[in-house]
Amino acid sequence: MAPLPPYATLLGIRLGAPGVLTMGYAAHLIGSPGRLHGGAVAGLMELAANLAVRDALNDETASLKPVNVTVDYLREGAPEDSHARAVIMRLGRRVANVRVDAWQADESRLIAAARLNILIARG
Amino acid sequence: MSEPNLPDDAARMRGFFDRFLQAVPHLGALGIRYSDQGKDWAELSLPYAPQLVAYPETGVIASGAIFSLMDTAAGFAVLVALGRFLPHATLDLRCDYLRPATPGETVFGRAECYKLTRRVAFVRGLAHDGDPAHPVAHIAGAFMLTEG
Repeated sequence: MAPLPPYATLLGIRLGAPGVLTMGYAAHLIGSPGRLHGGAVAGLMELAANLAVRDALNDETASLKPVNVTVDYLREGAPEDSHARAVIMRLGRRVANVRVDAWQADESRLIAAARLNILIARG
Repeated sequence: MSEPNLPDDAARMRGFFDRFLQAVPHLGALGIRYSDQGKDWAELSLPYAPQLVAYPETGVIASGAIFSLMDTAAGFAVLVALGRFLPHATLDLRCDYLRPATPGETVFGRAECYKLTRRVAFVRGLAHDGDPAHPVAHIAGAFMLTEG
């Protein structure tokens, strides 16, 4: 597992259950009063996608570049811990197509869902 | 409950937005600042900072930080286009990362609310790190107006 970068530390990201990244609630994640900033949730989902691809590649020399991300916001993010799980739809030679779900207390009630394309530059 | 109208004087508007941004915890954490605005657009800045880095080997900042910048700029553009505060929420936002932001440079994010309906505001925008002709990111999305 690669170490988490400074931006992940800023968000308070840690490894949760297997395959799950958790963003521990902190006051500096708040956007409008009583709600997480959508950008913080997007950041969590991007990191989950990156980590999933990095793990699946098992290639230390490959570098990953985000091509794009689309985030659907489904519910307000409450001031509590958030979780994200990435599913790799396809791992190609050059591109990984990834889906990410984000939730809080109840995994069946998603707060956001994202799709990402990640460019893989193999060393 | 009626929401206050935004001040129409440019200088007062700038001070108003500066204070507004400073009061938002996550924007303070990322260092996002007010930059400029027009009739239906808003521009914010994201100065380079070590805690934003996602790629320690190159010093390139996280795409997630740019997403936050653009989501916030787009939300501001909606308020500017409305001319008053209405509760709003991002419905969806797509961000294309055109190239890595140059380490050490401030990223500017300008978003435009190009269509406003009663319930939905449509936004688009670009981020650059000094030269608007060479953007680092492009966004398109929609916001819901959740009241009013």
